[in-house]
Amino acid sequence: MSQKPYRILITKPGLDGHDRGAKIIAKALRDGGFEVIYTGLRQTPEMIVEAALQEDVQAIGLSILSGAHMTLIPRTMSLLGQQGLGDVLVFLGGIIPEEDIPSLLELGVRGVFGPGTPTDEVVAFIRKEIAAQEGS
Amino acid sequence: MNELLEGALSGQRRAIARLISTLENEEPGAREALARLYPRTGQARVIGITGAPGSGKSTLILQMAREYRRRDMTVGVVAVDPTSPFSGGALLGDRVRMQALSTDPGVFLRSMASRGSLGGLAQATSRVIQALDACGYRRILAETVGAGQTEVDVAHLAHTTVVIQVPGLGDDIQALKAGILEIADILVVNKADLSGAEQTVATLRAMLGLHSGSTSAWQLPLVKTIATTGAGTLELIDAIERHVAYLLQSGQMQIRERARAAKELEEVLRAELLRRALARWGEERYRQAIERLAAHQLDPYTAAEELLKDEGGRMK
Repeated sequence: MSQKPYRILITKPGLDGHDRGAKIIAKALRDGGFEVIYTGLRQTPEMIVEAALQEDVQAIGLSILSGAHMTLIPRTMSLLGQQGLGDVLVFLGGIIPEEDIPSLLELGVRGVFGPGTPTDEVVAFIRKEIAAQEGS
Repeated sequence: MNELLEGALSGQRRAIARLISTLENEEPGAREALARLYPRTGQARVIGITGAPGSGKSTLILQMAREYRRRDMTVGVVAVDPTSPFSGGALLGDRVRMQALSTDPGVFLRSMASRGSLGGLAQATSRVIQALDACGYRRILAETVGAGQTEVDVAHLAHTTVVIQVPGLGDDIQALKAGILEIADILVVNKADLSGAEQTVATLRAMLGLHSGSTSAWQLPLVKTIATTGAGTLELIDAIERHVAYLLQSGQMQIRERARAAKELEEVLRAELLRRALARWGEERYRQAIERLAAHQLDPYTAAEELLKDEGGRMK
């Protein structure tokens, strides 16, 4: 095993019960050669950060449709920092209004993908981020 | 590496997670780390859980871990799911059933991709178990990929192997076949509320009754569970603990540990000998041997002999 497999946590915080988007992304990333750890629905930021820590992932993808992203994401980002996971790549999917994106990026989120984003685009985004990390 | 190891051994979860990755990926420092933590292993009891895909392994592990926590024992969980032979990727979904455990500091849960191994576990599963053992987890639950008939590697690693059956998977001839049922120290019929469960229990009991010549003092228990409600968990944990006590009292624990050690040494030697031989022969010679084999000019034994011959007998 020459190259270290890249591990990604796909998770669904908050209370909405619709995880089709998260599953589509999880499968696309699996087919892209990543090891994807899927947590399922209704995760708290505490559960997500602990899962990321135990699984030693390099990236976390969160799918949020409930509109609670401006509460859930700041909390998740600050917990990640507290646990020494500040260098983990965080990206979002789901329904995120355009006007919220700048403040999410400000918090350290690296990518936001709305409904209808081709899955190839997400895979390419992650590959690019890895290449950038390795180059740095 | 020192800092990481000390952090892990003192129970820092981030350090434990990093240590596991180091061992799993054979990153630099992995051998040194294993050498340092190995003397601290051997404290944990390892329980292997296997069964067909969808038989309820993950859900049952959630219930088992909860019961062990009620008994004030720390729990490590290692759950393996398959790696795609096409993309090399994997979808590790065992946390979905077990996320309720993730905020309990007495539980450490790690998902692993099988990365090409076919025996139901990953190559590095034993390393991950050893890391959790050294870091103080006293009961380690190792979950295989969804198993068919021959994924029996878990029995080499576990002190106690739990095989899960569910109603509706076959008749008494299936129960007689060699393979996965043979490795059970404890049989579980999960989904015991489904119709057909009594038939499955009766078939398995009849199969157990056919063990005529067995000299083992261990009477293989059959436990009925409903993992989604937790029914039967208490009986299952009691059976496991009885088995652990039996292993210790009968001297079987030492026998199993020795067999595991022999297998582990053999695996490491096999890989290391091959690696050293390939390094000595050079890629080109090895590639040529493969080419001639692929072209049906040589049979595999002759090809191997020719590679070994030039070693002046040293590799023999």
